[in-house]
Amino acid sequence: MSTRTPNRWLSKTAVNGALVLAVVYMLFPLVWLLTAATKDAGGLLAGNAFSFEGFDLGGNLSRLAEYNDGIYFHWYANSLLYAGLGALACSLISVAAGYAFHVYDFRGKEKLFGLVLLGVLVPTTALALPMYLLASEIGVVNTYWAVLIPVLVNPFGVYLSRVFCAGYIPDEALEAARIDGAGELRVFWSIGLRMVMPGFVTVFLFQFTAVWNNFFLPLVMLSDQKLFPVSLGLYAWNSNAHAEPDFYPLVVTGSLLAVVPLVVAFVSLQRHWKAGLTAGSLK
Amino acid sequence: MKARTRAATLLLTPFFVLFTAVMVVPIGYAVWLSLFTEKQSGLGFGGTETVFTGLDNYTAALGDRAFLEGFGVLLGYCLLYIPLLLAGALGLALLLDSALARARRFFQLALFLPHAVPGIIAALIWVYLYTPQLSPVVQAMDAGGIGFDFFSPEGTLPSVVNIALWEWLGYNMVIFYAALQAIDRSVIEAATVDGAGAWRIAFAIKVPLVKASLAMVGLFTIIGSLQLFTEPLILNKGTGSAVTSTWTPNMYAYTAAFDRNDYGLAAAASVLLALTAALLSFAVTRLTGRRKAGTARQAAPARKAATARQEQPA
Repeated sequence: MSTRTPNRWLSKTAVNGALVLAVVYMLFPLVWLLTAATKDAGGLLAGNAFSFEGFDLGGNLSRLAEYNDGIYFHWYANSLLYAGLGALACSLISVAAGYAFHVYDFRGKEKLFGLVLLGVLVPTTALALPMYLLASEIGVVNTYWAVLIPVLVNPFGVYLSRVFCAGYIPDEALEAARIDGAGELRVFWSIGLRMVMPGFVTVFLFQFTAVWNNFFLPLVMLSDQKLFPVSLGLYAWNSNAHAEPDFYPLVVTGSLLAVVPLVVAFVSLQRHWKAGLTAGSLK
Repeated sequence: MKARTRAATLLLTPFFVLFTAVMVVPIGYAVWLSLFTEKQSGLGFGGTETVFTGLDNYTAALGDRAFLEGFGVLLGYCLLYIPLLLAGALGLALLLDSALARARRFFQLALFLPHAVPGIIAALIWVYLYTPQLSPVVQAMDAGGIGFDFFSPEGTLPSVVNIALWEWLGYNMVIFYAALQAIDRSVIEAATVDGAGAWRIAFAIKVPLVKASLAMVGLFTIIGSLQLFTEPLILNKGTGSAVTSTWTPNMYAYTAAFDRNDYGLAAAASVLLALTAALLSFAVTRLTGRRKAGTARQAAPARKAATARQEQPA
């Protein structure tokens, strides 16, 4: 007994110590982003991350708001529009399809579902260029639609929705609604969709993040700065920063603000992303 | 019955119309485009005309050293990144799953957090952390006598791998941890009673039981790796690094399309990349011999069990 206790204490320290080290690696860049956003260009270039040399958070924020008539917040609103509206519509479309796959039997169903699963494996960046050329044929390049329409499709969302429907919607509930005389679409809308709400929120969260983080598609599709999402705007600013170091604080402060909504979403919706990842992993 | 067929059609139509427009048609269009080349007519004053050139774009791409070197870079990237990612994520998950770990919720969240950071911003942060004038890391390393140039020819691959690891380690750790938590605890108790130690339980019992998750993560990581673009693009733009504008096949396609306006060549490069992804997916699925996908009903109880376990206070 007396030999086991210090041994166990040692192992415990080793296990938790290794985890703490991993956390330091993960959080260090974020802490740097936080402190860097408080510095002016001079303080940044001095490189001492944890001193408050050149502290000027207020100045950074007001320069961010003023630069080019506040274009940064215009980008921010665009990101909210692309990610919010896109993810909302995408989740509804995905859940409708996943629900249909779960509830109804029809010919060729599993083949069709196989096609959806195949869609999960398509490298999306290989599609961006043909999508751009198609979009320019029909004249939607450099419009909101060019970024909004492609993000409505998420085959993985359909897969997740089917898994969630299987887990959350008992057949009896649907039968009961049918006996009460509800039509099929009404059953979906007021029973099925309501019961699978956790799945809906999960798909929404994943798609919102994906669209907010989307870079390649807007890079290809958009040339008008007014339509840029934050990711593309920061990229454009960063390209200037090598010539003009004054852009560094703009990029860093802008990056910090762009990370905030996602961090908040992930911290407050832990249950959902864990459920989503788990459902995906047991495919 | 007719009402049900109608409802199924109505609910599936929006997805499949968009799926066709956004995925099927572009794939077809890319293949079509790859068979044509824009040729300057006469002395170049008469504008361009599009000429059918068969597989010429494919031979041009495959004959271009820059394109092939891109695949070489990808190979090196995968050989470095994938083992580190799988071993790192699985190792962290096993640590978290061991009876000794404390504050499991906190560790999960903290390790996952980088995944919430947009890829472009992750790349920007790390490039700043690699830049000697800006970086406390480089300065600390210099002070410690480790001179490492993250932008040098030998440094760029580890630089990019580090960014990708930072972004994906926690994400995959959560997947593995969830799979580990879904293991029937009585199996582990039985092994403990039989006198197996923590290491033996981890490697002889737990790891074999989460092989399906390992295969899935491996597959998605390969597909993701082939698309490598954002991180090296940031390293390429004006940092004076050894990353060229055709460093990965995806960057090659982008450069062909938007710097040289050679859409046929760009399409051919994209198609070759997608084919590689398809072949590798097929190979990985075959090699790991997973059961057939698509039985959502089977997965559901297991998933529920896993989430139920996860929601217990740690």
